[in-house]
Amino acid sequence: MQRRLFVRRLLSVMAISFGSLAVKLRAAAERAGIAEKRFGMGIQVDKCIGCGRCVEACKEENAVPLDPFYFRTWVERYIIRADGEVAVTNIDERITAARDAALEREVMRSFFVPKLCNQCDHPPCVQVCPVGATFSTPEGVVLVDDQRCIGCRYCIQACPYGARYLHPVKKTADKCTFCYHRTSKGMLPACVEVCPTQARIFGDLATTASPLTRFRRMNKLSVLKPHLNTEPKVLYSNLDGEVR
Amino acid sequence: MNQHLYEALKQVQGFIYPNEIEVHWGILVVLYPYLTGLVAGAFILASLVKVFNVREVYSVYRLSLLTALAFLLVAPLPLLLHLGHPERSFEIFLTPNLTSAMAMFGFVYAWYLMVVLLLEVWFTYRRDLIVWARDKTSPLRWVHRALALFSDDISPEALSFDQKAVKAITIIGVPSAFLLHGYVGFIFGSIKANPWWSSVLIPIVFLFSAMVSGIALVLLLYMVIMPRKGQKIEMACLDKIASYLFYAVIIDFSLECLDFIHRLYESEESIKILSELVMNKLFISLGVMQILLGMLVPLAIMVSIKLFRFEEELRRLLYFLSALLIQLGIFATRWNVVVGGQMFSKSFRGLTVYKMELTGLEGLLMTLALLILPFIVLAVLIRLLPPWDKVAPEAIAD
Amino acid sequence: MKDRVRKIPDPLLRILVVFVLLIGGFLVVRFLLPPSFKDRTQHVKLTIESEMALPARYAGSGPCAECHEEAKVKQTGYHRTLSCETCHGAAKAHVDNPTDVKPVAPRKREFCALCHHFDMSRPTGFPQINPVAHNPMKPCISCHNPHDPKPPTVPQECQACHAEIARTKSLSPHALLECTTCHTVPVEHKVTPRATRASIPSDREFCGKCHGKGSAEVGPPKVDLAAHGEKYLCWQCHYPHMPEVK
Repeated sequence: MQRRLFVRRLLSVMAISFGSLAVKLRAAAERAGIAEKRFGMGIQVDKCIGCGRCVEACKEENAVPLDPFYFRTWVERYIIRADGEVAVTNIDERITAARDAALEREVMRSFFVPKLCNQCDHPPCVQVCPVGATFSTPEGVVLVDDQRCIGCRYCIQACPYGARYLHPVKKTADKCTFCYHRTSKGMLPACVEVCPTQARIFGDLATTASPLTRFRRMNKLSVLKPHLNTEPKVLYSNLDGEVR
Repeated sequence: MNQHLYEALKQVQGFIYPNEIEVHWGILVVLYPYLTGLVAGAFILASLVKVFNVREVYSVYRLSLLTALAFLLVAPLPLLLHLGHPERSFEIFLTPNLTSAMAMFGFVYAWYLMVVLLLEVWFTYRRDLIVWARDKTSPLRWVHRALALFSDDISPEALSFDQKAVKAITIIGVPSAFLLHGYVGFIFGSIKANPWWSSVLIPIVFLFSAMVSGIALVLLLYMVIMPRKGQKIEMACLDKIASYLFYAVIIDFSLECLDFIHRLYESEESIKILSELVMNKLFISLGVMQILLGMLVPLAIMVSIKLFRFEEELRRLLYFLSALLIQLGIFATRWNVVVGGQMFSKSFRGLTVYKMELTGLEGLLMTLALLILPFIVLAVLIRLLPPWDKVAPEAIAD
Repeated sequence: MKDRVRKIPDPLLRILVVFVLLIGGFLVVRFLLPPSFKDRTQHVKLTIESEMALPARYAGSGPCAECHEEAKVKQTGYHRTLSCETCHGAAKAHVDNPTDVKPVAPRKREFCALCHHFDMSRPTGFPQINPVAHNPMKPCISCHNPHDPKPPTVPQECQACHAEIARTKSLSPHALLECTTCHTVPVEHKVTPRATRASIPSDREFCGKCHGKGSAEVGPPKVDLAAHGEKYLCWQCHYPHMPEVK
């Protein structure tokens, strides 16, 4: 009699604890399902026509100084010749040194590659900031607190992609923010907005139905400088091996 | 305002990322490791006396300490002048990012200044400060009293405590000096984005070149100051300092050779652009100044001094010449690391230029001023705390 | 206690006092400082807020269709992948104040040329023109409606979109061959190029029509198809638009 009572009590305690555990697990799963967004960008190299609308739109949207020394995003042109020589230029007219001087020699491949801050998941810039002025938001966007930045330029040295510059007026580090002031409200970054060929795709890496998810499904993807293990969130399709 | 950048643009060879046209760490950031290197090196020379009981160099013990202190006091200035917002520099103390080597600066500097150098200077000089303060005719007696923290106790117990303290502090001070300069090497060595910097060897190379430059500096100061004070240069001391300098140069040279051979042997992707960098942009500063004049010539001089017995006057001249060349060489070393690392693009496809301004906060004139300033501070320190005052015979080292 | 203090050597005592004062002072200052100086979570929160509060200058594709028919016209034409703001520039100010602020409306040739003038790095198939040869001085919009830029006549030349290939071919031994010699081009390809593609030859005998031993053509170099090239198709070695001659 005592034993039966004991077993009954034990079973009910177990039921209650498992029950509450199940509820907790379900809640956690739901939370994971509606987890924070992770912003990412896809770039279809084969669609870029090098028109430079994105560079202009970015400077307009984010009040980036117009001199050719400060770019939150830029486009590189690659010309690969039959003998293997690779010539790279920036499409900004003021920067391009030799304007395709020897076009007569046979060109094997030529294409444009848009570049911007890769919003790394393992960002070396955040690692080295001495005062913690640069950080990652929950969406994975790396921002700079320009009230705290002391302008030591360590983050600029640490970025392997040349994405950062020192703002000449604010004297703090500056870089692409995935247009956080737009994307945090459901809009697209300015560069994605104006791209005429949809070479740039923006979205939430965690969502199931979006142009970015299709991009990730249908293309073989690569990132810049994978050996540095920065885990970039800018994904390139059809990226030529010569691109650094 | 950006005129120099437009000029630089015209001189780019190949392709650089557009944001790389501005060289971010210029002459001031070259100056900082040079100054802290001198601090570390001078302190190591001082520690030879207290920790390793090398009696011959005892007469430069106090001079080394004062040299280290003078340069340490000036060292943060190039950093402050370089910051975009120096008025926010206190944030390094309030919200240091623990993953950043640069965040260590505030703490390592404060530790080294307060706990190591100032304490060691104080304990070394305390007795003499009290004696000088008691001299009613001395114009500086109130300064000396204050510097002694108004202590008046020169009993044997207090003096013996002084000596024990100095020994203990020096023992802590040696690794602290390594940390003071080593962390700067780590700042560069831990940047995986830059193959010129990213190396396990950089902190070690920085350290040994610091020791070379510091010892050479004290040697120069000793040779310059002694005659001005009307005192004779002790050749035994000078020979010993030069010996340690010789050993340090050999180690430093071996490390740099090792780095060079290792890079060429592994021949990673960056080797092409780095070779172009060395041959085109750094030929003079690295090939001629750092290696030939800064290392090989002094090495040859010191080897010949060891092999052949030169007379005193010739030895003095050769030591002076070597130490001067070494200073040039180590400054060129810092230049080659800091500026050299920014002369090539991280795309590995191009080279750029560094246009140093003449005036302005990061200009040549400011740099010269910052190089002269520590000597002025040293002159003040020597006035306040004379290293060789015959009035108070110094306590012999333990 | 006083005995203990007296036992501490005088120099040590003075140093301790100095250090206690310094460290104490540092701690007091740190304690007194308001959290906005020290709290990193607050800094992050404030930065995110100030970043989100920055003004947007581009409105996005949504608002235009509410007032402008052209947005609907654009939806089915070749420019459907463009945003209105790609050509009209940042228009948020216009959305906020439609009557007083107007976006730009580019009408000069130089503007269309930004995307459409021939550039060899542009991907093949992208419509490009030689601005010097193609109706010079005429504004593009006089023939092409920018919101539905159908060419006024169907392009006769393949080189309107395949300029790089045409350029290469024109310098090659195949210069005098029409593109249609080797490629069958359905009419729809000029209207919906990605949906309906031109064909490419599928066997060696096709090239053999001119280059085979038994071919009646006099000019082209001849090879014995049975012996030449093992198991490979001709264009796996020879680039048809610039067939190198050994």
